[in-house]
Amino acid sequence: MKYLLLIYTDEKVWTENEREKCIAESTQLTHELHAKGQYLRAAPLHPVATATSVRVRNGKRLVTDGPFAETHEQLGGFFLIDAADLDEAIEIAARIPGARKGTVEVRPIMELAGLPEVK
Amino acid sequence: MKSEETRPIAATSVEQVRQVVDEIYRSESRQVLATLIRLLGDFDLAEEALHEAFAAAMERWPRDGLPANPRAWLISAGRFRTVDALRRRARLDASLAHLANRLEEVARANAAKDEELEDDQLRLIFTCCHPALASSTQVALTLREVCGLTTEEIASAFLSSPPTIAQRIVRGKAKIRTARIPYQVPSTTELPERLDSVLAVIYLVFNEGYSASSGSSVTRLDLSEEAIRLGRLLVGLLPDPEARGLLALMLLQESRRTARTSPEGDIILLEDQDRSLWDQAKITEASSLVERAIASQRFGAYTLQAAIAGVHAAAPTAAETDWAQMVALYDILAQAAPSPVVALNRAVAVAMRDGHREGLELIEAILARGELADYHLAHAARADLCRRLGRTADARQSYQRALALARQEPERRFLERRLHELGQK
Repeated sequence: MKYLLLIYTDEKVWTENEREKCIAESTQLTHELHAKGQYLRAAPLHPVATATSVRVRNGKRLVTDGPFAETHEQLGGFFLIDAADLDEAIEIAARIPGARKGTVEVRPIMELAGLPEVK
Repeated sequence: MKSEETRPIAATSVEQVRQVVDEIYRSESRQVLATLIRLLGDFDLAEEALHEAFAAAMERWPRDGLPANPRAWLISAGRFRTVDALRRRARLDASLAHLANRLEEVARANAAKDEELEDDQLRLIFTCCHPALASSTQVALTLREVCGLTTEEIASAFLSSPPTIAQRIVRGKAKIRTARIPYQVPSTTELPERLDSVLAVIYLVFNEGYSASSGSSVTRLDLSEEAIRLGRLLVGLLPDPEARGLLALMLLQESRRTARTSPEGDIILLEDQDRSLWDQAKITEASSLVERAIASQRFGAYTLQAAIAGVHAAAPTAAETDWAQMVALYDILAQAAPSPVVALNRAVAVAMRDGHREGLELIEAILARGELADYHLAHAARADLCRRLGRTADARQSYQRALALARQEPERRFLERRLHELGQK
């Protein structure tokens, strides 16, 4: 079953050094997951300052600077994984470096029929 | 259907069979349900299957005699009849055909795993107490699926409404299904943490019953019994030291049930209780559990709290209480599970061992740190020691603070009485 792991941390608590270590660890994690057939996709996101929010209301497009909500912790990256059950997904989430500084939200993916296949 | 060895009943009257079936329902239905949940992978289907199984028993056993292994027979009957029932409904509703096939596959795969049936209840407990579920959901699910309480009984026990509890249970089951919380006994590495969840649920249930017993409705009394029953079940399935410790703690607190409230429902303090009313059978059982838990060297906070309660239980009179041993145990507890409440209770023991002044110093230090400011028992403890030291004004102030914070009627009456005894209110 597929799960999306959303990594929320406070951007301000990372030093440059820690950020680099995080990326290295996360990369290592993706390979470990890949070896077990659990890895689908992962990526860090550029900082929240680069975010743009898009809303369409009454046919009108509203584009604003910034994330959809100003919160203490911001979305910083994600892992898309395939795990047997929630316990396995939790175990993977706990290995993500961001979990030590922030929160990893684990959401089960709703499988829809009729979506295009991507390699 | 598997053919089971049958023992024909002497006079196969339907009435005799019904009595046997009732008895088996009382003693086995929870285990049968736990296995059906694992086989069918769904709480609601399993519950239907349970009813189907017992209905089948009432039909077949008068005719065929009692099976040698009723539990296995019921599991088998429940599983196959539920699939059959789905197939019959699929003839009218084609979308159910797929469901029926899925169910048959799932049940076959799970049955083939050859798991210990004995473990199914343990799996069920761990599933209902999964940390991914909210604590209130864990409690409701455990009481419903493991203990077999009805939604009404659970609602009445927690002073909530049946629709609220029902919704909580429905959402809990939905999360188990959608997020795929597995039916598994956790691995050895995860077990301590997961067991904590289970123990917390059981103790929560116990405390709901415990606090309610000093007052109102009869229904709520049963929660403490239910928690002890759950505790015994857990220890039977998983002889972990802390599980033993928790069971011992609950037994010791329960052993004082009749002694701790007056017929009018007023609180009788430990030091004033008629110890001949203490349930010695429970105390003996608890002592043995504590001994075994401590011998394992892997015990924790519940075991220590049980040992502390055991010090009280071992004293024939209040005056003979071994306060030195109690303080020593609190010292260990303060290391294992430090908290302001532990510090408070330790301070009370220190007061008994060393003197009121020493204990009062410790309590005032806790309050000065800003801890337990809203905990009525902290203020009541300070008030009591001030009272014993003749510091009436301070005692009055603390009793008033405690009264402002206390919510249970018997406790309020107790504090009001103390204030009255001090002089003008």
